[in-house]
Amino acid sequence: MIQPTEPVGTRPPLLNMSHVEKTFAGDVVALRDMNLSVQEGDFISLLGPSGCGKSTALRLISNLMHPTAGTIRWVGGQQGADDLGVVFQEPTLMPWATVAQNVWLPFRLQGKTYNAVKDDILEALKLVGLENFQTAYPRELSGGMKMRVSIARAMVTNPRLILMDEPLAALDEITRFKLNNDLLELKSKIGCTVIFVTHSVFESVFLSDRIVVMAARPGRVIRELTVDAPYPRSEEFRTSAEYAAFCRQASDALHEAMELAA
Amino acid sequence: MTIADNAPAAAPLVDEEEQARLRTARIHRIAKWTLPSLVMVLSILACHLYVTIGEVPHYILPGPVLVAQSLVEDWSLLWPAMVITSRLTFLALIMAIIGGVALAVAFTQSKWAEMSFFPYAVILQVTPVIAIAPLLQVYVESAFVAALLCAWIVAFFPILSNTTIGLISADHNLSDLFTIYGATRWQRLRFLAAPSALPFFLGGLKIAGGLALIGAVVAEFVIGRAGTGLGLASTLLEASYRFNFGRLYAALILISAMGIVIFAVMSLISHLALRKWHESAIKREG
Repeated sequence: MIQPTEPVGTRPPLLNMSHVEKTFAGDVVALRDMNLSVQEGDFISLLGPSGCGKSTALRLISNLMHPTAGTIRWVGGQQGADDLGVVFQEPTLMPWATVAQNVWLPFRLQGKTYNAVKDDILEALKLVGLENFQTAYPRELSGGMKMRVSIARAMVTNPRLILMDEPLAALDEITRFKLNNDLLELKSKIGCTVIFVTHSVFESVFLSDRIVVMAARPGRVIRELTVDAPYPRSEEFRTSAEYAAFCRQASDALHEAMELAA
Repeated sequence: MTIADNAPAAAPLVDEEEQARLRTARIHRIAKWTLPSLVMVLSILACHLYVTIGEVPHYILPGPVLVAQSLVEDWSLLWPAMVITSRLTFLALIMAIIGGVALAVAFTQSKWAEMSFFPYAVILQVTPVIAIAPLLQVYVESAFVAALLCAWIVAFFPILSNTTIGLISADHNLSDLFTIYGATRWQRLRFLAAPSALPFFLGGLKIAGGLALIGAVVAEFVIGRAGTGLGLASTLLEASYRFNFGRLYAALILISAMGIVIFAVMSLISHLALRKWHESAIKREG
């Protein structure tokens, strides 16, 4: 298991956002003065109401947009497109391609043939428990399974950072709990760094060791919490007093965020 | 049903409702073919009876027997005509596919190209082809080439407009993903835009197939009149001048048959290309 050994805040830095601002045309401030130091092995949740700039932050980090002011810097530079994996709210699979072909996509866009990377593809599919569905088409899968394919695609290149934009929001609660557990197990296996956008207090506490609470209008960070419960976290953690206390903390911070925006 | 669901081991008990449903499905499957065939046989029979009992002259309405007779006797004349019309339609369709797809790709790759040329594509489409045909005849030496151009003008627009919409209809998140992974323009076109456009293109192709035939027929009416001896439509027109209504109907039947074949082929192509993944080609269970 590749679990970061250092406690939160003392790990090697991976990416720094400093004084990042994003203003859209018409003076809509999507994000104001965001500072975030992402460290290797972190599981960071961006928690906040809609319009707080969580998704904007992800789009900035993934270079789909550029900040109006401030800087986003990879420590040691971003080596390539495969340093980053992304999971969207929808599974976002290509319906015309099989499960294996979908997972192949990041490699394919680097010009790698299927045969050159088929072991990696199989490995990624094994990690999400879909190794028997390589030749299935997305429409043949359930919502949860599609999301697993999407997660496999994000990790297949072994990226240093995976961004997840409310990936489980559209799933039913049972599937969601299951995927939460699986996600933690996955992360411990491959040891990547994750930034996870969510509007669920419970999900953020269960998954992450850092929670960044954000407020809306203008989008900004109002508080950062550390969830220093040890991994691996099991189902028992969900019902522990410790978990409830963290949820209370996060919930209070979220209330504060709502009041600020009101 | 998804693959994930494990179907329960063959349940021997089928309730009445299910039995009734299966029975209806079976009847529908048979009726889908027998009913239209029956209607056809009956109408031919009715026509035959009407013509014989009412002693309708053959230059008003030729009976089915006469039409069948013409079909056989004039085959040496009808067959070459059908070959010409088929060639005209097929070439026009091929040109429409090449032109329509190429222009659609150009439009989606360059906003400037679209702004500059799209209005002219529309003008070409909305100008009635029958009004252009005589002009083409003046400017183009060969009657066949002039007719081909006519048919092409009619067939090309649905392919252009459908493919253009298809190429820009790719999922936005997927498009973002391609950006994140640093896809080149070509990769984006090949792996994202083209497959997204395929169902739209095939829809356009179905329409264009029929239109290519219509374009060919119109062109033959207008251009073939000058004794250039073009295909089936010219034959039909000529037969009408000679009051040879048996041959006229025989030509009409062949044109109609061509249209049916074109539609069937296009539907088959569409089905084969999409059956694995597209909603339109997937049968729902239950």
